[in-house]
Parts: sequence; C-alpha cells; structure tokens
Amino acid sequence: MRLRALQILILGLLIALWYLLTKPGLIPNFYFEQDNRAAFFFGEPQKVFQVIVDWFVSGEIFGHLWITLLETALGFVIGSVFGLGVGLWLALSKTASAVMDPYIKGFNSMPRVVLAPIFAVWFGLGIWSKVALGVTLVFFVVFFNVYQGVREVSPTLIANARMLGASQRQLLRSIYLPSAMSWVFASLHNAVGLAFVGAVVGEYLGSAHGVGYLILQAEGTFDVNTVFAGILVLTVFALVLDGLVGVIEGRLMTWQPRASDTEKV
Amino acid sequence: MTATTPALALDDITCRFAGRDSGAPYTAVANATLRVGEGEFVSVVGPTGCGKSTLLNVAAGLLAPSSGIVSVFGQRLMPGQGVNRRAGYMFQADALMPWRTGIENVVAGLDFRGVPRGEARQQGEAWLRRVGLAGFGDRYPHQMSGGMRKRLALAQTLIMRPDILLMDEPFSALDVQTRQLMENELLALWAEDRKSVLFITHDLEEAIALSDRVVVLSAGPGTRPIGDFRIDLPRPRDVSEIRMTPAFLTLHREIWSAMKEEVLKAYERQKAA
Repeated sequence: MRLRALQILILGLLIALWYLLTKPGLIPNFYFEQDNRAAFFFGEPQKVFQVIVDWFVSGEIFGHLWITLLETALGFVIGSVFGLGVGLWLALSKTASAVMDPYIKGFNSMPRVVLAPIFAVWFGLGIWSKVALGVTLVFFVVFFNVYQGVREVSPTLIANARMLGASQRQLLRSIYLPSAMSWVFASLHNAVGLAFVGAVVGEYLGSAHGVGYLILQAEGTFDVNTVFAGILVLTVFALVLDGLVGVIEGRLMTWQPRASDTEKV
Repeated sequence: MTATTPALALDDITCRFAGRDSGAPYTAVANATLRVGEGEFVSVVGPTGCGKSTLLNVAAGLLAPSSGIVSVFGQRLMPGQGVNRRAGYMFQADALMPWRTGIENVVAGLDFRGVPRGEARQQGEAWLRRVGLAGFGDRYPHQMSGGMRKRLALAQTLIMRPDILLMDEPFSALDVQTRQLMENELLALWAEDRKSVLFITHDLEEAIALSDRVVVLSAGPGTRPIGDFRIDLPRPRDVSEIRMTPAFLTLHREIWSAMKEEVLKAYERQKAA
C-alpha cells in the first residue's frame, strides 16, 4: 500500500513539474524567449488530458485503439508461438541448430525495423504489414529465451525422467517445456513491448487507422498535446498487457520459490 | 556366485571418453566385470573420481560402453535401444521436477506408463505414507528439506517396482543423523521384497552396513574391481548399531586395507594434476 502511494506521488510530482514548466506566464522564462514556447514544444498536461477525455467521450479513439491492439496482440501471439516452436526445435536438434546458426545470428543482428517499408509493399497498408513487423521483433526475443531455457535443463532431470520411462514426447511435455517456461515468461514481458513497437512504427510509416496514425497526423499539424496524448494512451495499454502476462505467469508458475518463502519444514 | 542368471551382469566393460581439446582419450573404466545376483544388495566403493557413476550409468543404459556387454536377467542390453527398463535409478543430485508437487512427482513414472490418474494417485498416496511423507503430497520440492526430497525420490523410483535398484550415492548430501535414518528406512523397504540393488558410495561404513557384498574399485583412470568381500552380518540390521559390533570392525579393517592404497593413489594423482 505504501509502495503504491509512493508510486502515485511520483506520478503526481512529474505532472505538477510538467504543468509548472509549461504553463505560459506561470514562472519567468529561463530558456525560451516567449511565454508560450514551452507549451508549444512540450504540451500542457491539462490539455493532454483534455484530448484523452475527448477521445474517449466522443468514442473516436476506440476504432484506432482496437486496430493497434489487434496488431499488437496478433504480432505478439504469432511471434511467440513461432519463437517457442523454432526455439524448441533448434534446441533439441543439434544438426538443425548448427546449420541454422549463421542465419539466426544474421537475422538477429539486422535492424529489423528497416523491414517495415518492405512489409508495407508485401502486405499492403492494412494491419498485416504491422503484424509482420511485430512478429519479426517478438520472434527473436522469445526464440533466444526458449533456446537458452531448453539448453539449461538439468541433465539429471532428463536422465531421471528417462529412467522412469518417459518417451521423447513425454520428455518434451513434462521436462523441456515446463523447464523452459520461466525463461519464456521472462521474454514475454519484453515481447509485449516489442509487439507494440512493431504496431506503432508500422502505423507511423503508412496507415489509415491506429494510434500511431493519430500521432502521425497530430505531428503533421504541430499538435504536440495530441502527440503526447497518443503516447500516454499507448503506455497505459502496454502496461495493461504486461500486467496480463504477469497474471498468467503467476497462475502457471506457482511452483517457483519466492524470496519471502520461509515455510520450510 | 550363484548358478542362476544374475539380475545384472557387466562383462568386460570399458568406457573411453574423447579427450578435451584434442588431448589423449580418457579411459574411465577398463575391463570391469561385475555381477549382481537376484535379491542381492551389492555396494561399490572406490576413491573419488574413479568412475563409479560411469559404471552405474552403463548399467542403467544411459551410457553406452565403448566395449563390453551389459545383461539384465540374461538379456543383453543393446546400446541405442533405450534405457534399462527393469531398473530404477536414484541419483546423487536432486532429480525431482520442481514444477510438480510431491504427489505428482511420485506418480510421474506411472503417468509416463499411462496408468489412469485415479489409480496412480492412490498408489502415490500409499507410497508417500510408506516413506513417511503422508500429508506432504501437495508441497513443492522447494518447500521440503533435503531428507524429505530424498524420501520423495525414493518413492518416485520404488513406485515403478523396478527389479533392479541403482543408487548413486543417494544420501551423500544429507547430514549424518538423517542419513542413518534414511539408510534404515531403505533397508526396511528393501527387506519387504528383496530386489537386487547396486549401491554406489564412497563411504565404506555405509557400504558394509547395508550390503550383502562390497566391491572395491581401483583408482581411476582405468577403473576396475580389485576386491570382492562378502558381508555376512545378520539381518535385519540397524545401521547405527551395527557399526559398533566386532564383526563389522573386522570387515571394515579388512576392506579398508585393500582400499587404502587406491585412495592414496587417487589422492596423489589429484595432487599431481
């Protein structure tokens, strides 16, 4: 509770500072020459909130938000599933991983955001070019974590399961997958953020819907308040998605010891 | 040696590992022959790092020997055809699945075998009671002490009713008191149906207190059995009391004199390396 109060206090202080520094005529200028310059470059918190409230009251935002969230969710899910599958495959097959190694390294070190224009050409300006960008970003994060997770499975655990009569498939299901899960969830938190990056950057480069599109339009008319409003809405929804991943993680990972756990017997 | 087919026979086993950094290959086990009769409790003792675990992994079918034959009840265990199906293996390190509760760990083998859930659970509960963990089935391994985890591992192995029990220093991580309790429990469980046991340890006292026969291994590399001692102490035994009896001390002195030289050899080799 105390923690939550402190967190909210910091948020309040930041907004107050923002207001103080940008409100025209409130404090003497120390950097800009004119009173309204700070507000022009950094927006004003009360106006930003006004934009957000207007969006939600008029319902204008919902269509855009839906599109962006859909792109994010699709990118996240498809990328994660691919990452999990390919990660398992390469971690369990020595030959395949040796053959694919240079390609994986190459694709990973490539700045994949530059693929966005190509995806726009391939998949059009609809949601799929954004999903594709999200997938390329999410895939590698999940892939590397799964790969590492499977590699780190204790050999004793595998030997024990084999002695207890586990087949290859049973080994995969009851040893490799659960063992890799803690790594997977660590990566999913990053992956949510990257799926958002994919969606918004994709929209930014060419689209007719989505929050990224709203931001792009506002920037075109130097409407900084709307730009900030878009950023804030995206941040809140990224936090919500991350929280959802956390909730699922908590459900599935009850077996993990916690630091405060002292009830050994 | 009994005239009947031994439960487990290792014939002329050699295990050679490729050297690290293109060094010379390392021969862990050389021309080792070892037999475990049906219902016999055999302990293998030897200096540290002499390849005891290698020998056990060969017996389990987890490791294919470079040469030599492993037979289980007269049937040859072919390399590449999976593990020794008639053996249960208790590992030195923790091998419980941390994401499964106690009861789920115990029934893991039955799960793999496809035993219906309800039936597996019933058997699991019974085994938890037998190893003294009744009521702890819904705890995760990390919520248990070292001794409880060992008992859980024992139940996990024994629920499969293996004909041969392979044990790799299973109690070496426990404190002395817990260890003697576990040794007594193991003997009590074993006395119920007298399976064949191959028990690896570096502790000679433990070996004598538990076994029908103690096999002494030479120092590595190229480990092989160099002594075979019959332990004819009366059963049932209490491991903490039997250590005080004159018969035990005589056996201990006899086997130790055979082992001592090898232990010193291993020590010198480790110091030189």
